Amino acid sequence: MPVTTIAGRDVHVDDEGFLTDPSEWDRELAAALAEAIGIEMTAEHWKIVEFLRADFATEGETATTRRVQAVGGFPVKQQFELFPKKPAKKMAYIAGLPKPRGCV
Amino acid sequence: MTPIVPSFDDEAGEGRKLAIICSKGNLDMAYPALVLGNAALGEGIEVHLFFTFWGFDMIAKKRMHDLKFSPVGNTAMHMPIGDVRVPQALAPVPGMQAMATSMMKKQIADLGIPEVPEFLDQIVAAGGHLWACRMSADMNKFTDSDLRDDVEGIISATDFIEMTEGAQLLFI
Repeated sequence: MPVTTIAGRDVHVDDEGFLTDPSEWDRELAAALAEAIGIEMTAEHWKIVEFLRADFATEGETATTRRVQAVGGFPVKQQFELFPKKPAKKMAYIAGLPKPRGCV
Repeated sequence: MTPIVPSFDDEAGEGRKLAIICSKGNLDMAYPALVLGNAALGEGIEVHLFFTFWGFDMIAKKRMHDLKFSPVGNTAMHMPIGDVRVPQALAPVPGMQAMATSMMKKQIADLGIPEVPEFLDQIVAAGGHLWACRMSADMNKFTDSDLRDDVEGIISATDFIEMTEGAQLLFI
């Protein structure tokens, strides 16, 4: 499994670059991950990322955009505004989680 | 060494377009278009849904909350328990359609997947475009006011062909 250096530290990632060990994640790293994909984190971004982390901790799966709206309370439209084009993948990447597995 | 960062290919996907023709009003035939359209939007792809013939029921205010699933003619239909197929002679029995519909709705809801109208809300929120077929509107004597407010227009077949130049097409 590849190891890559982000924000001056070594983290384990899959072939695409998604973190594989959620325990290596913290906010400082998340900010660096966001920057690497061209996203500047604001308070609104953090709220969604924190929801994803908390939801993953209890469910063991990354929330889909549908779930981020239905359970997290963040409208799909807002997700697309904050994480343009590919919100599900970008949110998961910044949260240090695998890509969502669900279809909807 | 360059860090490994996912390539979300925002530019490479530019210009990819998907057009889905929704021609069926059965509950089970409504979902494939919604699931695929929604997935495409999540990949940054421009999506157009075109509703025609019975697909109109998905966007007609009076009908969209009441789509049905029928086992009639569906030889793959199973009983709720085991792998026993529903005999086709029983499929048209009164109550069978209601039972099959409510079972399917429950299975879909259990997965956290929204009902058809709410799913279309989500697709529009994600930037999807909804279009209604001129001929179907005329056949049903429907105007804009009979359809979801976010349907962008009642358009002709020619309009649709022009609009979807270069798009990938799905007919459902």
